[in-house]
Amino acid sequence: MIEIHNIHKTFGDKKVLDGVSGVFETGKTNLLLGASGTGKSVLLKCIVGLVKPDIGSVTFDGTYFTNNKLDIRQEIRRKIGMLFQGSALFDSMNVQQNVEFPLKMLTPDMTKSDRMDRVNFCLKRVGLEGSNKKMPSELSGGMKKRVGIARAIAPNCTYLFCDEPNSGLDPLTAIKIDELIKEITVEYNITTIVVTHDMNSVIEIGDRIMFLYQGKKLWEGTRDDIMDSDVKELNEFIFANRLMRDAKKVEEEEEQAENNNKQ
Amino acid sequence: MLEHFGKYLIFLGSLVTRIESPRILFNRTIDEAILIGINSIFIVGIVSTFIGAVTCVQVSYNLTNALIPRSTIGFMVREMTILELAPTITSIVLAGKVGSNIASGLGTMQITEQVDALEVMGINSENYLVLPKIIAALFVFPMLVILAMFLSIAGGYIAGTLTNALTAQEYITGIRDAFVPYNILFALIKSVVFAFLISSISSFKGYNTSGGALEVGAASTAAVTNSVIAVLIADYVCAQLLL
Repeated sequence: MIEIHNIHKTFGDKKVLDGVSGVFETGKTNLLLGASGTGKSVLLKCIVGLVKPDIGSVTFDGTYFTNNKLDIRQEIRRKIGMLFQGSALFDSMNVQQNVEFPLKMLTPDMTKSDRMDRVNFCLKRVGLEGSNKKMPSELSGGMKKRVGIARAIAPNCTYLFCDEPNSGLDPLTAIKIDELIKEITVEYNITTIVVTHDMNSVIEIGDRIMFLYQGKKLWEGTRDDIMDSDVKELNEFIFANRLMRDAKKVEEEEEQAENNNKQ
Repeated sequence: MLEHFGKYLIFLGSLVTRIESPRILFNRTIDEAILIGINSIFIVGIVSTFIGAVTCVQVSYNLTNALIPRSTIGFMVREMTILELAPTITSIVLAGKVGSNIASGLGTMQITEQVDALEVMGINSENYLVLPKIIAALFVFPMLVILAMFLSIAGGYIAGTLTNALTAQEYITGIRDAFVPYNILFALIKSVVFAFLISSISSFKGYNTSGGALEVGAASTAAVTNSVIAVLIADYVCAQLLL
């Protein structure tokens, strides 16, 4: 379980986070929902320690993280797996080396054959068996995300963070990635936080949802409650998302019809 | 300016905190030594051979006094090469090649969140990425400078004998004349200083890149220009202190 308490963050004179608090439960997919520029990614970075909050604290399973001793922070960080928006695979390494890397660094006592077994298991788990020798430049967006997930779960992470895992993916691949995140969360009983602005993700995987608006938490609840919320900004967001989805659907149907006519 | 220098010093300090295991550091250093060293042999070889050749031809052109022995050409090629051309010109060439490579590599890693990925894993990214580059440069630069010295003197020999500026015997007499072994040590000390400046400044510029592809290019350019300026200033300081 991850608890955040009164997180504030300002860049220059722009207040990005304004007193955000909440609890992210274990074994559940916790979503940070909001439009672009509402501070979701910054909050995620504050939680994992990539950005230091001006005020506020983060606790991992009861252990205080923010401003704690370096050793303790490192110990917690070694339990964290993270999928970045652009996947952040190491360009100079192939798929196998990317997934093996955290094992090499974090578990130096592990033998080479054990490492290989674990790498192959993780790649199989994300549906990429046999892609060991491919370089990141040879992978599609969806495959990169899968490798990113495999790398995140390789060292048996306790906490999984995903920063916009669907960005840049087609709807079908996006659903598959969402499903994979959900399955892994339940299978390994880990605490997962996903940053998203996609309502499809809410429907597919959102167990708990925190809605951010201009750096503030405006709403928190379950997927089933979200349609009944009386928060104007959230309803506007849902409405805009639905409009976008419908427009996209019409566009896709028109494209399909055009292709059919051509044939 | 002062703020940048302060940040640079803090950056250097962060390289030696939370050091990764010696085995990992060693392996990374070997990888970087290959990247910096082996991949630079060709350019260093070409540049230093021609510098030696050009130096020989130009000294020969200026030595018109019949009272000065022709072997002086060999002597001057050796002195200029060892004291200045091999360490400084090689370092300036390497500032362009290695410096831009380091800065663009780290800059790209920074903007594509690869550095963040290391940090999230609990790895000190400065220590893991930058320290091996600096250690490798400290070992490899002197080797490249020694190679440059040999090839420059060889270049002078080839140019001198092919153009009949002097005989092979005169050239060899010249390069053996009044040899001061300390000059070699001086050149190697300079090369170590230059190696540190180029690798650390380029790493600093690359590591602190933020934005996109345009900023990576700007960081790479800044790395080369700042490194070259630092090398030239250090060259003067070393000459003042050590000669």
